[in-house]
Amino acid sequence: MTYRLIVNDTAHDIDAPGDMPLLYALRNHLDLKATRYGCGLAECGACAVFVGRDVRQSCVLPLAAVDGPVTTVEGLAPGDALSPVQQAFIDEQAAQCGYCISGMMIAATALLADTPDPDDAAIAAALTSNLCGCGTHVRIVRAIKRAARMQRQARNAT
Amino acid sequence: MSLTRRDVLKSVPGLVVGFGLSMPGVATAARFVADMAETTRTDQLRAGGVDAWLAIDAAGRVTIYSGKVELGTGVATALRQLAAGGLDVAFADTRLLQADTALTPDLGYTAGSKTLQSGGTQLAHAARLARAALIERAAARLGVAADTLTSANGHVVGHAASSAQRLSYAALIADGIDRPLAAELPAFAPAVHRGPVGQSIAREDIPAKIAGRFTYMQDLVVPGMWHGRVIRPPTTGAFSPDAARLIAIDASDLPEAAQVVRVGRFVGVVAPDEWQAMQAAERLRLAWDTTMTVPAGDALFPHLETLPATRDVIRDTGPAALGSDAHTATYHWPFQSHDSIGPSAAIADVSPDGVHIWSGTQGVYPLRAALVELLGRDDIRVSYVEASGCYGHNGADDAAADAALLSRAVGRPVRVQWSRADEHGWAPLGCAMRMRLGATLGNDGAITAWQFDNRTPTHLNRPAKQLGAASLLAGQLARDLVPDTRHVGGDRNTISGYDLKAEHIVVNWLANRDMPLRASALRTLGAIQNTFANESFMDELAHAAGRDPLAFRLAHLHEPRARRVLETVAHAAGWQAGESAPGTWQDDGARGRGMAQLTYENNAARVAAVVAVVVGTHGIRVTHAWVAHDCGPVVNPDGLRNQIEGNVIQAINRTLNEAITFDPYGITSLEWSAYPLADFAALPEIDITLIDRPDQPILGAGEATSAAIPAAIANAVHAACGLRLRTVPFKRGALMTARREHSA
Ligand code: FES
Ligand code: FES
Repeated sequence: MTYRLIVNDTAHDIDAPGDMPLLYALRNHLDLKATRYGCGLAECGACAVFVGRDVRQSCVLPLAAVDGPVTTVEGLAPGDALSPVQQAFIDEQAAQCGYCISGMMIAATALLADTPDPDDAAIAAALTSNLCGCGTHVRIVRAIKRAARMQRQARNAT
Repeated sequence: MSLTRRDVLKSVPGLVVGFGLSMPGVATAARFVADMAETTRTDQLRAGGVDAWLAIDAAGRVTIYSGKVELGTGVATALRQLAAGGLDVAFADTRLLQADTALTPDLGYTAGSKTLQSGGTQLAHAARLARAALIERAAARLGVAADTLTSANGHVVGHAASSAQRLSYAALIADGIDRPLAAELPAFAPAVHRGPVGQSIAREDIPAKIAGRFTYMQDLVVPGMWHGRVIRPPTTGAFSPDAARLIAIDASDLPEAAQVVRVGRFVGVVAPDEWQAMQAAERLRLAWDTTMTVPAGDALFPHLETLPATRDVIRDTGPAALGSDAHTATYHWPFQSHDSIGPSAAIADVSPDGVHIWSGTQGVYPLRAALVELLGRDDIRVSYVEASGCYGHNGADDAAADAALLSRAVGRPVRVQWSRADEHGWAPLGCAMRMRLGATLGNDGAITAWQFDNRTPTHLNRPAKQLGAASLLAGQLARDLVPDTRHVGGDRNTISGYDLKAEHIVVNWLANRDMPLRASALRTLGAIQNTFANESFMDELAHAAGRDPLAFRLAHLHEPRARRVLETVAHAAGWQAGESAPGTWQDDGARGRGMAQLTYENNAARVAAVVAVVVGTHGIRVTHAWVAHDCGPVVNPDGLRNQIEGNVIQAINRTLNEAITFDPYGITSLEWSAYPLADFAALPEIDITLIDRPDQPILGAGEATSAAIPAAIANAVHAACGLRLRTVPFKRGALMTARREHSA
C-alpha cells in the first residue's frame, strides 16, 4: 500500500504495509532519525512525535492509522533554527547520552503549548511516558522550566 | 564513516607528541615532522608504551588521537579542555578522534571512570611538552633565549608586556623539520589549571543531539545493508549451554525476502527491510528442548551459598572468627540491568575483502580480538560509534557479533537492532552478591575487629583475546561456550578504608559455569554492593556503640581527603549529632537522614553523601541528596555535576526499585513495567559540593558517587522508622514485610 504522510510540512508517499508502525516510516523511509526506538511497547517515549497537536508513541502507531500531519524533532523549528525548548535543553546542558532527549522535547513542547508556567507536578505528569536511563531528570526539568520562561518572555515582548 | 588514517592525519607537516594514556610516565619527545600521516603508523604508535598522540598541524589545529571513546559523559570535551589548557590554544581549535582500530591506537577499554584518571594527566603532560617544543623553536627563530618567551593563545610571545615578539604555532609548524628538536625535553609537571581547564565548557555533542542531527549507533546506515534480528532460546538469559537445545526450525511462514541463518544454537533472520526482518523473527517457529538451569527468583541467594567458590583473602590482619559478642549482619544485592533507553545495535560488513564492524563497544580492540576468533580471520576493522547511554558491559559487543555472523551468512552488510526484550533478557547483567560482615566493639565504642566475607561472580566478562568467541553471546550460542574469565571487580571496595587494627577480608569467587545468569561489568563493578554493606554496617555499629554515625566514622577515618568530603557533606546538609537515632513507623511518612562515604577503589575519588527520605505505607522516597566530591582537579565543573546528578538518580533507583526477576526458565523482567526506571514524579533535590584540588592528580569521576547512595538510603530509612533494610531493592513490598517482622 501507499500512504500519504505529511511530515514536518512536507508530503511523502510511503510504500509500506499499513500495520508497520510510523516509527519505521520516519526512520527508514524518510531518514528522519531523531525519532528513536527504545521499546516498541509505548513505555519509554523515545519515539514520541506530534500527530496534529497530540503526542503519539510512533512505535505503536500503525501507518494506516496516522490521522494528521506529523511533526518530529527535525521539524520543531524551521531550517537550522532551534525552538525555545531545544535552546533551553542546550542552555541547561540537559543531556548525558541524549538518546531520550528527542522524546523529552516533544513531550515538553506539548506541555508548554497548553501550560505556559508548569510546576513540578505538571512537568512530571507530562513526562510519565518518557524514560531516561542516564539519570538526566533534574536537568530535563530545569530545561523545561527555562523553556517556559523563554516562551513567556517572547510572548510578553510581542 | 569511511575515514582513513590518511584523511584524518594528512601528509602535512606537524608537531607530534606520543604519550601513554594508559601508562603513566610515558611520553615521546615532541617532534616536528614533515608528514604526520607517516608518523602515526601503528607500529610507531605502540613503541615504548605510547598509545596516544597529540598532533598540531600547520593550521594550528590540535588533534588528540585516542582509543578512548565518548560514552555520553562529556569525557571528550574534558580531554579537549586539558589539551587546550596545556598547549595554550583555544578550545575550539582542538578535536578528538575516537576509537577505530584502523585510526587510533589500542587503549583497551573506556571502563568506568578511568578515562580522565589514566589519560587526562598524561595528555596534559604531552600538551606541555608540545608547548615547550614550540617555544624552543621560536627562540631559535628569534635568536633569543627560550626563557624569555611564553605562550599566549596559539602564539609564542615575549614575556615582557612591551615585547613585539609574536609567532603563531601555525607558522612555527609550517616551517617543517629543521632538526630533531626537543628530543631531550624534560617532562613537565602537569599545570592543568590553565585556559579552559576548570571552566564549564558546553559539551560539543549536545547541540547536534538536540537538533536531531546526531547519528547514534542505532541510527547509522551503511550502503546496501539489510536488517537482522536474532531469535534466542526461550530460557532467557540462562548462561548454561544445557538450558536449551534446538530441535527444529520451521521457516515456512517467513516473508519471501527473508533469509534464515543458523550456527549452532544461534538463529537469526535477515531481510532487506527492518519491518520485514521483525515480522520474520516473529514468524519463525523454533522447537527447543529446555532444561531448568536457573533457580526460582526467591531461591537465588540460598542458591549462591551452595555454589563452590574460590577463596581470596584480601586482608588478613585480624581473626578469622569472632566471639559470640560480635555484631553481625548479612546484605544482599540482586542482579540488575543496564537499561540503556536504546537497545544495542551494530552493523557488520563481512566481505571477501575484509570485515568492517560498527559498534558502540567500550573497547574496539578487545572486541576485534574476540571477533578474530569468532570469524576465524584477522582482516577486521572495528569502528566505534556512540550509542545510547552506556554504563558498563552492555549488549553492544554482542550485537556486533550477531551482525557479523548474519553478514557472513548473507554476504552483505547487516544491521542488527536488539529489541527491548533482547536487551532486558540477554545483555550482561550487574552482579548479584552477598556480603556478610562482623565486628567487635571495645569498651570505648571503637571497632576492635572487623570481618568481611562476600560471594560474587566475576564482574568482567567482556570480550577479550584470550576468551575469543566465548566472550560474545553469539559465540556462546553458536558453539555452546561459557567464558572462563579472570576474577575481577567483586573485590572492589571490600576494604572499608577505615583505620581498623584487625581486619579479615575475604572474597569468595563464584565460577561463570555455575552462574544461572550472565553477569558482567555494571557501573562501579562490586563497589556499589560492597560499599552498601560496609557503610550500612558502620551505621549499625555506630548505633550499637551509642555514637552518632558522623562522629563514629570520623573516629575511625584518618585519611585527610576522605575526612574532608565527609565533613563537607555533613556541613552542607546541616547534620545534627544524634539526629539519626531511630524513629518510629508512621503510616503517612516518617522522615530521616543517613550518610555514607567511600574512597572509590580505595585510592581514587572521595565521595560522601547524605540523603533524606520519607518512609511510610507509600514506600520510600528520597527527597534530598547532598554529595561532596573530590576527584582531584575539576576539569569541567558543570560536566562533573551532570555526571554526579546522573549517578545519584540512577543509584537511588537501583537501590529502591531495580532487580531482575526470573523463574527457572530464565529472566521474566523483559520490559520497563517489570523493571521500572526512575520517573519524574519523585525527584530529589540534589546539592553537590565539588572540592577542587588543582595540585593533585586527576581521578575518575564517572561512577564513584553511585556507590555512596545505597547505604546512605538504608541508613536514612533506619533513622526515619527504625527498620534496617539489608536486601536491595527496597521496594514497597520489602519495606512492608520488614515492618511486619519488626513489629511481630
Ligand atoms: S519506542 Fe515507542 S515508547 Fe518506547
Ligand atoms: S540522557 Fe541518556 S537516556 Fe536520557
